[in-house]
Amino acid sequence: MRKLSWFNTLSLTLGFAFLYIPMLILIIYSFNAGKLVTVWSGFSFKWYGELMQNEAFLQAAWVTLKVAVMSSTIATVLGTMAAYVMVRAGRFRGRTLFSGMIYAPLVMPEVITGLSLLLLFIAIGLDRGVLTIVLAHTTFSMCYVSVVVSSRLVTFDHSLEEAALDLGCTGFEAFRLVTLPIIMPAVLSGWLLAFTLSLDDLVIASFTSGPSSTTLPIKIFSAVRLGVTPEINALSTILIGLVTIGVITASLSSKRAIAKKQQDEKGAN
Amino acid sequence: MKRFALISIPYFWLLALFLVPFLIVLKISLSDTELSIPPYTPQLDLAQGWAGVKEWWAALDMENFVWLTEDDLYWKAYLSSLKIAITSTILTLIVGYPIAYGMTRAPDEWRPTLMMLVILPFWTSFLIRVYSWKSILSNEGLLNQLLMNLGLISDPLVILNTNTAVYIGIVYTYLPFMVLPIYSALERLDESLLEAAEDLGCSRITAFWLVTMPLSKQGIIAGSFLVFIPAMGEYVIPALLGGSQTLMIGKVLFEEFFANRDWPVASAVAVVLLLILIIPIVLFQKNEEKQREAGK
Repeated sequence: MRKLSWFNTLSLTLGFAFLYIPMLILIIYSFNAGKLVTVWSGFSFKWYGELMQNEAFLQAAWVTLKVAVMSSTIATVLGTMAAYVMVRAGRFRGRTLFSGMIYAPLVMPEVITGLSLLLLFIAIGLDRGVLTIVLAHTTFSMCYVSVVVSSRLVTFDHSLEEAALDLGCTGFEAFRLVTLPIIMPAVLSGWLLAFTLSLDDLVIASFTSGPSSTTLPIKIFSAVRLGVTPEINALSTILIGLVTIGVITASLSSKRAIAKKQQDEKGAN
Repeated sequence: MKRFALISIPYFWLLALFLVPFLIVLKISLSDTELSIPPYTPQLDLAQGWAGVKEWWAALDMENFVWLTEDDLYWKAYLSSLKIAITSTILTLIVGYPIAYGMTRAPDEWRPTLMMLVILPFWTSFLIRVYSWKSILSNEGLLNQLLMNLGLISDPLVILNTNTAVYIGIVYTYLPFMVLPIYSALERLDESLLEAAEDLGCSRITAFWLVTMPLSKQGIIAGSFLVFIPAMGEYVIPALLGGSQTLMIGKVLFEEFFANRDWPVASAVAVVLLLILIIPIVLFQKNEEKQREAGK
């Protein structure tokens, strides 16, 4: 076992302190009884109670959840298709444009994506609401899904698919029975990524949402522009908690899947 | 036939919702502001047939782009975004490199946990992570309380609503984007190269500069682009942590659109921002391709 030098220990400690202390402070102060956010005046769940009473926040949370589930699901289907096309379909007309359109949204400033989609929706006369946010979120998150899935597709053996085809599978059956189970972890993490991207997006949602479809980030942003509020601290703590549980569960279950697979392989030998 | 469907569904989705919107932005950036709905002119009137198209085409001009060069606000905002983006990319590199390096030196069984600790903030809401600095940096904030209690300062430091706060915000939120590519470059590094360098008489520090640094170059390049490109168009961080004197082009675009309702100028701002970013975006993709080929 290697030992860490003092320099590496120091840089890791400082680095992770920098990453985590602001969030820890936020979590601790969400349990503060007082209204003043920077003065500790006792432990309380008061702000969580207030939050549960706040109709506007609950409404926005519901809209956000709906948008995130719909957009991440459509994005996962489209993104997986796009990845399959990129890795397996070979040459076709307009392939360069296609790969450009897959990678460009990943690095495009959100203000530009948001503005351009809004102008499109106005040009075709589509009223802004849940539908337009779903369309917008699907478009940028399908590109993330496709990158995640295609990185898995390139590493697995193409001959497995060919064997299935030789044994009489149709193309779709080969995909469903052979390819999909193998790339499933990547598809799931693509879905999770698309889901959190949608949950978190402020700028694109600001452009594409209508008055009746305010999402949670828009609500949070307008509340915190003016200052820190204990209610938002409570809300942030809930969101951080959910994400942490989600990510840890996902990584533990994928670890277990890998361990199981290794055991199966051992058994087979 | 099935192959055609497989290709065309995602293809048309991206054409309709990614490429076409850009053409619309480009078109509106060439139009004039008008007090109407939608607030710009000319409108393409297809009912008039070819004559309508010709009339529409003739009315498009570069006026908004001329306006961008004439009004101080815009080019100052571009320059200031460029300055903020470059400075914070360098700062993120300085903070991120030692973390990535430390991770590769850590015992093997720690690595998955360390990896998880770097990735977790990436999944956590960006907005909340930016917001969390507000209560730390404000005048009555925790940082000032701490420094004053320690007796290091007698008056609170003004950090919130300044460019310093924007730098802190960018370094903090984009740190995982810098650490991960550098870590994956350093992880591939063959340690026997370092041993060889030391056997040949290099000190550890010289070996680091001559061997480790150049071999992690692609990770540094990838990480720097991943920080620089979004930082250039950033809106949330300057809006929450910056002050009124913090000039960033993403903020100008947002306000031009929502506050002034000047769609043609907002579109022109977007087109110029994209032209500025085209070079780093193409360079980034070249670098990624090179890495992919090296990976094979």
